[in-house]
Amino acid sequence: MAYDKFTTLTSSAVPLPIENVDTDQIIPARFLKATKREAFGDNLFRDWRYNSDDSPKQDFVLNNPIYSGKILVGGNNFGSGSSREHAAWAIYDYGFRCVVSSFFADIFKNNAINMGILPVQVSPEFLTQIFSAIELDPHTKIEVSLPNQTITIQATGAIESFEMNGYKKNNLINGFDDIDYLQAMKSEISAFAAARAV
Amino acid sequence: MSQMPSTLFDKVWDAHVVRKIEDGPDVFFIDRHFIHEVTSPVAFLGLESRALKVMYPEHTFATADHNTPTINQHLPVADPLSANQLKALEQNSAKYGISHWGLGNPKNGIVHVVGPENGITLPGMTIVCGDSHTSTHGAFGAIAFGIGTSEVEMVLSSQCIMQPKPLKMRINVNGSLGKAVTPKDVTLYIISKLTTSGATGYFVEYAGDVFEKMSMEGRMTVCNMSIEMGARGGMIAPDETTFSYINGRELAPKGAAWDKALAYWKTLSTDAGAIFDVEYNFDAADIEPMITYGTNPGMGMGISQSIPKGIDLKGGTATYEKSLAYMGFEEKEQMIGKKVDFVFIGSCTNGRIEDFRAFASIIKGRKKAEHVTAWIVPGSHIVEAQIKEEGILDILTEAGFLLRQPGCSACLAMNDDKVPAGKYAVSTSNRNFEGRQGPGSRTMLASPLVAAAAAVTGYVTDPRELM
Repeated sequence: MAYDKFTTLTSSAVPLPIENVDTDQIIPARFLKATKREAFGDNLFRDWRYNSDDSPKQDFVLNNPIYSGKILVGGNNFGSGSSREHAAWAIYDYGFRCVVSSFFADIFKNNAINMGILPVQVSPEFLTQIFSAIELDPHTKIEVSLPNQTITIQATGAIESFEMNGYKKNNLINGFDDIDYLQAMKSEISAFAAARAV
Repeated sequence: MSQMPSTLFDKVWDAHVVRKIEDGPDVFFIDRHFIHEVTSPVAFLGLESRALKVMYPEHTFATADHNTPTINQHLPVADPLSANQLKALEQNSAKYGISHWGLGNPKNGIVHVVGPENGITLPGMTIVCGDSHTSTHGAFGAIAFGIGTSEVEMVLSSQCIMQPKPLKMRINVNGSLGKAVTPKDVTLYIISKLTTSGATGYFVEYAGDVFEKMSMEGRMTVCNMSIEMGARGGMIAPDETTFSYINGRELAPKGAAWDKALAYWKTLSTDAGAIFDVEYNFDAADIEPMITYGTNPGMGMGISQSIPKGIDLKGGTATYEKSLAYMGFEEKEQMIGKKVDFVFIGSCTNGRIEDFRAFASIIKGRKKAEHVTAWIVPGSHIVEAQIKEEGILDILTEAGFLLRQPGCSACLAMNDDKVPAGKYAVSTSNRNFEGRQGPGSRTMLASPLVAAAAAVTGYVTDPRELM
């Protein structure tokens, strides 16, 4: 399904300074039983966010009203583990459009882009600067420009560029997706398949 | 004319590139696609909303495994959500003409067990599934990796996905493995050295005499765990061990097709002088039976060692402390002697016949520890049948264990096989993440031998003492 276009996003950010956040934490397996892509945001970070009696854990960042925004800032190696795209769905459904970290697991990164979430990989130093800026002012604004491939901490003016291949960048900016691209080259694929089968 | 020396990975990858996109991914052709009930329903919904067909239904295979019960599989599935997913898989498969091995089908089992044992997985293929442990199939010299649901939809509708080519890593392990050191220990050792993200961005080739001497079951265990150090997948060059495993399997090539395939498979190895982006060398003699103490698979140690200090590890100290607090352990403690409440043998990592043989070798003539709950879960009905034929079921029964029915089970606890909060499990599965085996569960990953030693003593025990 084609998704929202992503150009420039300016928002406050939610800090999650934990390393190796795996997809089992983002969305535990027991919440993968739907046959539709609905309401996964309710169970985003379920076991960090709620006690076993479903009461909110007050010390978890998503339960702290001071923090809000469309950008999630995670520790190093974000999204490791399972290939479940439900992790990206949960993040999107909760309202995030961009995840920032100093390192992403491969499959999560692909899944995120495939549904219109922008994964922004920054240097460890810049990640620390973002966490510090949010700590100083939870409402501080982060600006992510996909056309320029830059991320800026507005309060300090600190800026860093990030990588994104031209094909995926174009997809995100225009709301194109891979399935449409592949459909448009079906005859080329058929010919390839026929040649392989010989 | 001499060609540039090439790696096994390059040979297989390059043969599957339909189109190279400038400043973008490769359009990558997929030979075999496995689907299961959890990550496929939304992909089929996507097909419907775009009015797309399945391009090559004969290249996709469906099996039910993730949420299935491991007892009374002849009864209707009690959990309505699980039942609904299983029904969706069955209906979608029927609608699009995809082979479906549902509950009760003699070929049913965990996707990464049934693919190889039925001869679907072959050298030189590209294989994907909406499951990160698809890397298992790399044991045959295939490029196999996990994908998300959007990509499942791509494969269904176009037999291709869009993939940037990963970097190449080779991991060499040479020498002789010590007593009670299994393929699971080899992989947990490698991951403990590289960390849980040490191979992210890479595709791994495992080489060296340890892997050359390893059985196909063992190679599958090693390749299965590649994702646990972040690698997209891992592969091992096919050899006589591979060919004799495949020969005669139901869906494997036969007759002239076999001869032709075999001639091609024999070309699938890394040429001398081929360059990898990074290479690691390990000595088999340094590996002992392993166990994990933390909440990612990189937090593993030799079973006779003590828990390493956080400051000695790569990665964040805060994460290390959080992890140990979750497990209820402290740095520098011994793992040996820790009380064990649950033991799980099974999963796509260690749910094959060789794993149950190893488990039985320790429990034979002993009894299950009274306080331990054990889940003994074969990877497939074919494995289950082997367990019975070889007399392993008698050994299990004699020792007080119950053999359950195939499925993913307590590896990810989507069914009723859940470890309660705060309880400790020694598990032959692949992930010790917080809550992986049930909310609040505490998982220690280990080999079938270490699991067996825990099952009969009720404590973390060095299996070498029982051999």
